[in-house]
Amino acid sequence: MGDASLSLETDADGRRWLRLAGEWRLMALAPRFKPLTDELTKAGADRDVGWDLNGIQSLDSFGAMMLWRAWDHRFPEHLMLPDALEPVFERLYVSGKKKETGPEPKLPFEWVVTVGGLSVALWRHVVDFTALVGQLLLDIIHVLRSPKETPWRESSANLYKSGVRAMPVTALVGFLIGIVLSYLSALQLKNFGADIFIVNILGMGIIRELGPVLVAVLVAGRSGSAMTAQLGVMRVTEEIDALATMGVSRSLRLVFPKVAALAVAMPLLVLWTSAIALMGGMVSAQFQLDISYGFFIDTLPKVVPVANLYIAMAKGVTFGVLVALVACHFGLRVRPNTESLSSNTTASVVSAITVVILVDAVFAIATRKIGMPI
Amino acid sequence: MTAPVIEVDHLSTRFDSHWVHRDLNLVIEAGEVMALVGGSGSGKTTLLRQMIGLLHPTQGQIRLFGEPLFTGNPEQERNLRRRFGMLFQYGALYSAFNVFQNIAFPLRELGIIDRELVHDLVMLKLSMVELLPRHAWLMPSELSGGMIKRVALARALSLEPELLLLDEPTAGLDPDRSESFVKLIRSLHKQLGLTVVLVTHDLDTLAGLATRVAVLAEQRILAVGTLDEITQVDHPFIRNFFCCDRAQRALQERMNG
Repeated sequence: MGDASLSLETDADGRRWLRLAGEWRLMALAPRFKPLTDELTKAGADRDVGWDLNGIQSLDSFGAMMLWRAWDHRFPEHLMLPDALEPVFERLYVSGKKKETGPEPKLPFEWVVTVGGLSVALWRHVVDFTALVGQLLLDIIHVLRSPKETPWRESSANLYKSGVRAMPVTALVGFLIGIVLSYLSALQLKNFGADIFIVNILGMGIIRELGPVLVAVLVAGRSGSAMTAQLGVMRVTEEIDALATMGVSRSLRLVFPKVAALAVAMPLLVLWTSAIALMGGMVSAQFQLDISYGFFIDTLPKVVPVANLYIAMAKGVTFGVLVALVACHFGLRVRPNTESLSSNTTASVVSAITVVILVDAVFAIATRKIGMPI
Repeated sequence: MTAPVIEVDHLSTRFDSHWVHRDLNLVIEAGEVMALVGGSGSGKTTLLRQMIGLLHPTQGQIRLFGEPLFTGNPEQERNLRRRFGMLFQYGALYSAFNVFQNIAFPLRELGIIDRELVHDLVMLKLSMVELLPRHAWLMPSELSGGMIKRVALARALSLEPELLLLDEPTAGLDPDRSESFVKLIRSLHKQLGLTVVLVTHDLDTLAGLATRVAVLAEQRILAVGTLDEITQVDHPFIRNFFCCDRAQRALQERMNG
């Protein structure tokens, strides 16, 4: 046993021979790959040099490939090749004769194809999403006609997973946001001596705007991603196909319960989170501005018309339905590989949050005359 | 002269309260094709996974090429792991990579990054497993079952291993594909002088490939020997496994062919 080595000798006839010895195997060669390749290439360039492979103890296809490349893909004129090593080179010879192919060559108008592909992909999203919504409407009609087929168990399981289990984290985030908002507003209000308006700011801001959006973002990150990943893995493991084979509608069993669960859970979560956020704001206001809890609670209904609560509930239902639909849309698009799973989960969360904020803006415009204090 | 390729030394394995192996010994010499057979749940795959260090044995030790698997020296362990290739039952191809990248991955990990060299090596491996160069640009999800096995075999061979481990190499292939895959492994074994360890349920694969057979049952190695020797052993499990009709048919074919 010995490391791969090469030495140049001149024999009696004056011919120069490159004598190779030792182990020409991948594991032994890899650490010294660069210097050895350089030496071999230099020697290979001179076609007069003979190659003596008799000293090689073992040669694998990697070692053979190194030599083959140094010889520029043909045997050198002067070669001493022991019989035992011949099959190794035979394999190279056979594989080298097959026509080499690379990936498809790039077209000159590649960007046209790219832009076209993107448009088609976008169009597909629109078509698929519309089909999903349409199918969901059909399911709702179906369930209304034959209530026995309502997937109660799946819906309730989803309600628990995405609603009840989300309560601690939404409460924590809501409470902290309430404190921060109240603290920052208090600093400004103090300057103007407008201390009591803290109730207006917190009431309107949290109930009407911040609560629904905050919960939608949290739920999109928490439950939306989980739904996409679940549907995606079910597609990878062919569970969705198995459902279809048994005549079970995938939209009724998988999509409908998720949408229904979030449509119910989201307004409740909005209510819960807004309440906790107001509590956080109340605590902070008490410390910062000496506004008592009693005064805060007493004033809140007077300065925030109850219509704001209805708007918040409507937002909750809408956002819940949207987050679930977007999650299911991307979940059903997953192809059976890890890359597609991760990119679709990312796309699901990002799209859900973007859609929620867009729709929130639409809400803001549509309800601008409703619920404002006089 | 050299140490045996695999030495399983008084190995015991326990999952919770359930003993899978008790005091199991097995030696596999260089150049052998050793088949592990046994009923479902007899711990064949567990033993295979222990041989490549994916699972820790509860007691006992496994030595590969005379070196213990778990030395605590990461460098040494990594070098040891690069001396064998494993063909997983379902291929375990990286689904985010295409065929070319899958086969090139171990080489690139080793620091071989010369594009042309990697290309030539991948094409060589593909031709060794009898695939065409154009298959290199397919994604694993576009491959048929037989092709997945071939690509996985090419990947297992990409580091020029001395030892090749096969977990159910022909499971899920139709008889025709299965036979050609067995032929392929047999010819690679002959060409490359590999040591092969395989786990199989399939008697045709066993008859076509194995030079020696180890029967795993009752938490230990029941018998080791050539196929003919094993069939002579009088034990209820072995009688059942080898001596019913289908087995006789497979063995008969081997005698004739």
